[in-house]
Amino acid sequence: MNDLVVVGASLAGLRAVEAARAAGFGGRITLIGAEPHLPYDRPPLSKQFLDEVAAGADEPSTVFHDEAHFVDELGVTLRLGEAATALDPAGRRVILGADTVPYDAVVIATGAHARTLPAGRGLAGVHALRTVDDAHSVRRAMDTAERVVVIGAGFIGSEVAASARKRGLPVTIVEALATPLVRAVGPELGLAIAQLHAKHGTDLRCGAGVERLLGEEKVTGVRLTDGTELPADLVVVGVGADPATGWLEGAGLTLDNGVVCDEYLCAAPGVYAAGDVARWHNPLFGRLQRLEHWTSAAGQGEAAARNALDPENAKPYLTVPYFWSDWYDSKIQFVGIPDADETRVVDGDVTADRRWIALYRQGDRIVGALAVNGQADIMKYRRLISERASWQDGLDLAERRRRSLAAKSAEAVGSATRS
Amino acid sequence: MRIELDEGKCCGLGMCEAEAPDLFEVQDDGSLAVLNARPGPEQLERARAACSACPAGALQLVEA
Repeated sequence: MNDLVVVGASLAGLRAVEAARAAGFGGRITLIGAEPHLPYDRPPLSKQFLDEVAAGADEPSTVFHDEAHFVDELGVTLRLGEAATALDPAGRRVILGADTVPYDAVVIATGAHARTLPAGRGLAGVHALRTVDDAHSVRRAMDTAERVVVIGAGFIGSEVAASARKRGLPVTIVEALATPLVRAVGPELGLAIAQLHAKHGTDLRCGAGVERLLGEEKVTGVRLTDGTELPADLVVVGVGADPATGWLEGAGLTLDNGVVCDEYLCAAPGVYAAGDVARWHNPLFGRLQRLEHWTSAAGQGEAAARNALDPENAKPYLTVPYFWSDWYDSKIQFVGIPDADETRVVDGDVTADRRWIALYRQGDRIVGALAVNGQADIMKYRRLISERASWQDGLDLAERRRRSLAAKSAEAVGSATRS
Repeated sequence: MRIELDEGKCCGLGMCEAEAPDLFEVQDDGSLAVLNARPGPEQLERARAACSACPAGALQLVEA
């Protein structure tokens, strides 16, 4: 094993090269990235990155490490700004246009591309948000925008809306489905979370299709299928992302909503995948999953590199999916899977309270937990889910947590009364 | 070895607690309590995993 090639220079790719060196791999490592930037962190791009930058202050950056870290400390050859155009598994080489890079093992971590609206092409003031360049564009556009329309009430769209409201901009979110976040957290709780928008003055319109974007060169509004016209000088499109597998067509891999892999993240001999592009068999839930989450990208990058370098001792990658999202002054956290026979709010009231927790049941097993401002609780449920614990175990934990919080608040009231 | 927490960076996401519940616990207010900043030999591997799992880069395991 002399040559490890990692295609994709975001979080999963970064963790892959770090894990290879941590595992003692002394061969050549090449990290290929389509964007010209050093690996950078994405979660902040739809959050605090969009805040107004004071005059004279530096523009924000989420780059993980400088170039020296890769070249000198990790001994990695960086090929940034160069997109891989094909994979030749039989010849064990990655094709970059006219150039080729040979490998003994390759980790595919090319991520996903933001979906766009055909109607929005070429119109100024219409942006997707996936890359750091996108985020700079959206942030600058917010500096001068007067009315914002966000298309898609998913997590990216909702975070962008919250950022725009923080700047005092009027925001409307247009969602095609009747309830937002169905795929992420299920219909009932999607609706519950979406109340945060109304509470913070964001106009959320569900079941609203976009007919077309208005404007000649610059966008002036959005026309909905029911004839409503929403004026806007900034439109942000957050309608999901598709795995970046186009360059792998014809390589003989199974491509089906991602690079299909086994539980070792292996797609073919010597070919592994990690991050948003990977659809792997998660033994914990016995199903193929493609996750677009920070934590799984990091974990898979590391696992894929280790398995790629030492296939004899490969370990399956199991995880309880976890994502978080920041909306206004609330933190939303979800662990597990949302398809459930039953969801139950076990703490707080989704309408009245700032903090609430809901659990997801499948058969007699707890498979998911959703917390809004319940940061102290969420990882306790994640542990239960990873242990394949029963539904009753979940309810028991909820009961213990409720009692402990009640005792603490009684104590606080008591000491306030005494003092 | 000693665990160093940068409270300014921590956003209470709890990945450390998932890796090492005996060393970390997110509090009701979202802040992080390091339950034991000097992990014993049997806790060291989990401490390392927890520090490297932090999405905010708020945790470091340093020589002490």
